[in-house]
Amino acid sequence: METTETHHGHAHSNTGAYITDHVHYQDVEGVIRSEEDHGHHDSDRNKKNFIHTWIFSQDHKIIGKQFLITGIIWAIVGGAFSNIFRMQLGFPDTNMSWIGNVFGDRWVENGHMTNDFYNMLITMHGTILVFFVLTAGLSGTFANILIPLQCGARDMASPFLNMLSYWFFFMASIVMAASFFLPTGAAGVSWVFYPPLSAIRDASLGSKGGADMWLISMSLFIFSSLLGGLNYITTILNLRTKGMSMAKLPLTIWALLITAILGVLSFPVLLGAAILLIFDRTLGTSFYLDKIYIENVGAQPHEGGNPILYQHLFWFLGHPEVYIVIMPAFGMVSEILSVNSRKPIFGYRAMVLSMLAIAALAFFVWAHHMFVTGLNPFVGSVFVFLTLLIAIPSAIKVFNWLTTIWKGNIKYTPAMLFAIGFVSLFISGGLTGIFLGNSSIDIQLHDTYFVVAHFHIVMGIGAFFGMFAGVYHWFPKMYGKFMNRTMGFIHFWLTFAGAYAIFWPMHYQGLAGVPRRYPSHAGYESFNKFGELSEFITIAALVVFAAQLLFVFNFFYSIFRGKICHEQNPWKSNTIEWTTPIKPGHGNWEGEIPTVHRWPYDYGKDGQDFIPQTMPIQPGESAHHV
Amino acid sequence: MEATLSAPAHSTTTSANPWNGGRSPFKVSWGKLMMWYFLVGDSFSFASFLVTYGALRFSYNSWPVPNHVFRAFPGVPEDVHLPLMFVSLMTFILIMSSVTMVLAVHYGNAEKNRKKVAMWLFFTIIGGIAFLSCQAWEWTHLISEGMTISANPFGASAFGWLFFIITGFHGFHVFTGVIINIIVTSNVMSGVYDRRGNYEMVEKVGLYWHFVDLVWVFVFMAFYLL
Repeated sequence: METTETHHGHAHSNTGAYITDHVHYQDVEGVIRSEEDHGHHDSDRNKKNFIHTWIFSQDHKIIGKQFLITGIIWAIVGGAFSNIFRMQLGFPDTNMSWIGNVFGDRWVENGHMTNDFYNMLITMHGTILVFFVLTAGLSGTFANILIPLQCGARDMASPFLNMLSYWFFFMASIVMAASFFLPTGAAGVSWVFYPPLSAIRDASLGSKGGADMWLISMSLFIFSSLLGGLNYITTILNLRTKGMSMAKLPLTIWALLITAILGVLSFPVLLGAAILLIFDRTLGTSFYLDKIYIENVGAQPHEGGNPILYQHLFWFLGHPEVYIVIMPAFGMVSEILSVNSRKPIFGYRAMVLSMLAIAALAFFVWAHHMFVTGLNPFVGSVFVFLTLLIAIPSAIKVFNWLTTIWKGNIKYTPAMLFAIGFVSLFISGGLTGIFLGNSSIDIQLHDTYFVVAHFHIVMGIGAFFGMFAGVYHWFPKMYGKFMNRTMGFIHFWLTFAGAYAIFWPMHYQGLAGVPRRYPSHAGYESFNKFGELSEFITIAALVVFAAQLLFVFNFFYSIFRGKICHEQNPWKSNTIEWTTPIKPGHGNWEGEIPTVHRWPYDYGKDGQDFIPQTMPIQPGESAHHV
Repeated sequence: MEATLSAPAHSTTTSANPWNGGRSPFKVSWGKLMMWYFLVGDSFSFASFLVTYGALRFSYNSWPVPNHVFRAFPGVPEDVHLPLMFVSLMTFILIMSSVTMVLAVHYGNAEKNRKKVAMWLFFTIIGGIAFLSCQAWEWTHLISEGMTISANPFGASAFGWLFFIITGFHGFHVFTGVIINIIVTSNVMSGVYDRRGNYEMVEKVGLYWHFVDLVWVFVFMAFYLL
C-alpha cells in the first residue's frame, strides 16, 4: 500500500492492503460476504459476529452512528440540566424539593437547589454540550460517515485507530457520568475551569473529586479527538478516489478537513493546560496559583504562579474550539443549501478560502476572551483588530449562502429548513460577535447574559442546526429510511422560534448588566424588572427541550418504522455517497470505487437538473466557474 | 491548495497532478502522514509547556543559575563541581541514539537487512534506556539536595516544578519510544516486515524518535543553558 503506483492504477484498491484483508460487504438483507475482488476468504470473519459488527466495529459508518447516538444521549442529559437551572432562574420562588428525590437531598436547602448544585449544573451543561455533543457528537459523527463516502474511500485510513477514537470518547463519557455520583458531586467550576477555583480543592464543593474526574475525562476526550482528527486528515489527503482533486471535494469535506486540522493543533494545548492543573491540584505545584487566602479555609500553601496563564492556554484551545464546533455545520449547510436549491453553490473557491482564513485567524484571537483580565490595552487592541477581521470571511460565507438559494428551485425538506435556520442564526449571533470583539464594549458586557446569548445563538444553536440538517439529510444513507417529515417540520419551527425566544431577550438582560453564573438575581433590585422576562425564557427553554425530545423520538422511530428509502439517490444529489448501495456494507462500494470527473455542484447545468460527479465531462458541455 | 483551486475545472482526471485523487499527493503512505501530523500536534503540547516556562520565568526577578544547580556527576565527590557535564553526557547519548536510529531506518529501506535493522534498533533502545537511567539519577540527586516538585533551594520555586514536569513529560516520551522500539524490534526479528515487504514501520518510529530528540534540544536549552 506504500507504493503510489498501486493507488494510481487501481482506484478500488486505494485504501490499501490493510483494509482489503478486513473488508466485507453487507448487502441489503444484512448478509455479510467477503470481498471477492481480492480473493480473501477468511472463514472466521464471514460469520455474523454481533460484537464485531455493532460494538467494536471498524466500519466508519457504524462508528459514526456510535458517535451520533452517544452524542444524542449526552444532549438529552445536558439539555435536561439546562432546564433545571432555567427553572431556578425563571421561578426562583418555586419549591424545587423534587431535586432532592432525583439527585439526593444534599443538593436541596429549604426547598431550593444549593448554589453548589447550580454551579455543577452549569458546568456540566457547558462541558457536555461543547465537547461531548458539539465536538464528538457533531464532527465525530459526520466526519466518520461522510469522509470515506464523499471522498470515495473504502474506510478511514486506519479503521482501528478510528474505533479507538470512539472508545476513548466512550471512556471519557463514563468517567464524566461517574463523577455525577460522587458524594461531593461533579465539577462545579464552570466549563472553562479557571483557577484558582478549579486548582484549590477546598475552594468549593465542585472543586473536589468532580474536578479531578473532569480533568481525567477531558484528557481521554483529547486523545479521542486527536486520534479521530489525524485519521480524518490523512483519509482526506491520501484516500480520495481517482479524479477527486481538492477542487472537486464537496464543501463538507473541506470543512471537516479544516476542523480536524484545528483540533490537532489546539487540543494538545488543552492537554498541556490540564496536566499542569492536575499537578497543581494533586502534587503541590503552583503553576496557576499565587498567594491566596480562602475564607473559612485559610491561607493556601501556593506561591509564584499565575492564574491568567491558564486562561491563555485554555483559550488558545478554546477559541479554535468554537470553530471546531461550527465548521462542520458550515460544510453541511453549504451542501444542503445547494442540493435543495437545485443550484450550484455560489463561490465555491471563496467558501474554501474563507474557511481557511477563519481557521488561520482562529489561532490569533484567543485573548478577546480575556479583555477584563488586566490585559495590556495595546495588546487588547491588536486582538480586537484580528477578531474583527473574522467578520470578513464570515460575511463572505453568509452572502454566498444567500446567493446560493437566491432564485433557486427550493425544496423545503426539514434539512433545508434547518440549513436556512442556521444561516439566520449565524447572522444574528455573528452580529453580536462584532460587539463583543470590541474591547471597549466587551468590558461592559463581559460575563453578562449578552455573552450567553451571543455564543448560544451562533455556536450552540447554530451548530445544532447544522447537526439537525445533517441528520435529516443523511439519515437515508445511515439507515436506509427517511425521517418523518411532519415531525421534522414541527421540530424545526418549535426549535427555530423557541431558540430566538430564549436567547433574544437575554441580549436585553445582558445590556442591563445582568451577570451570568448567578444562581439567583432576586437579591438585586435593579434586576427585578427582568423577573417576568426570565420566566418567559424559562418557558421557552422547556418548550424547545420538548421539541428536541420529539426529534429524538422521530430519530429512533424512523430507524425502525421510518418510510423505507427505495431510491439510491433520494435527494438527487451529485456527491458520490449516493452511488453506493442504499444500505452500504463495510467497504461502501460493491465493485470498484467510482471515478470522479466533475465538481459536486453541477445543478441545473445545460438544462439538466443534476449531473453526478461520476458523469464524465460531455463533449460540448459548457464550462462552469469554480 | 492555491494551485489546485485555481486549476481549470475541466482538467482531465488522468493528468499528472498528484492532488487529483487516487493516490497520495505527497507520495507517502497514510501511516507516515499520520505520524507527521501527530508530531505537529505533539509539538503544540510541548510548546504549551515551554510557553508556560517562559511566562513564569519572566515573572520572576531572579532565576537559578544552571551551573550551580546541575554540577554533580555520579561517582564524583560532592565537592568536585562539574557543571553541565552530566547533562552533556545525557544529550550525547540521546543524539547518538538518533544516529543509530538513522542507521536502522537506512538498513530497513535500502537493504531490507533484518539483522542489521534489529542490531541498530537494539542500540537505539540501549541509548533510550541509558538516557532514562541518567535522568533517574539526576532527578534522585536533585531531590536529595531538596529540589522537589514544590520546593527549590536554588532559588525561584517555579524552576523546580517546571524542571520536573517538562523533563518528566519529555522522559515519558522517551519511555514510550523505548517501548515502541522494543515492539518494532521484536517484529523485525520475527520477520513481520519482511513478509509485509517493507520496513516502513521502522521509519515511522524513527520519525517519532527524532522528534523526541529534537524536543530535547529545546528542553535542554530552557533549563541548562538559558
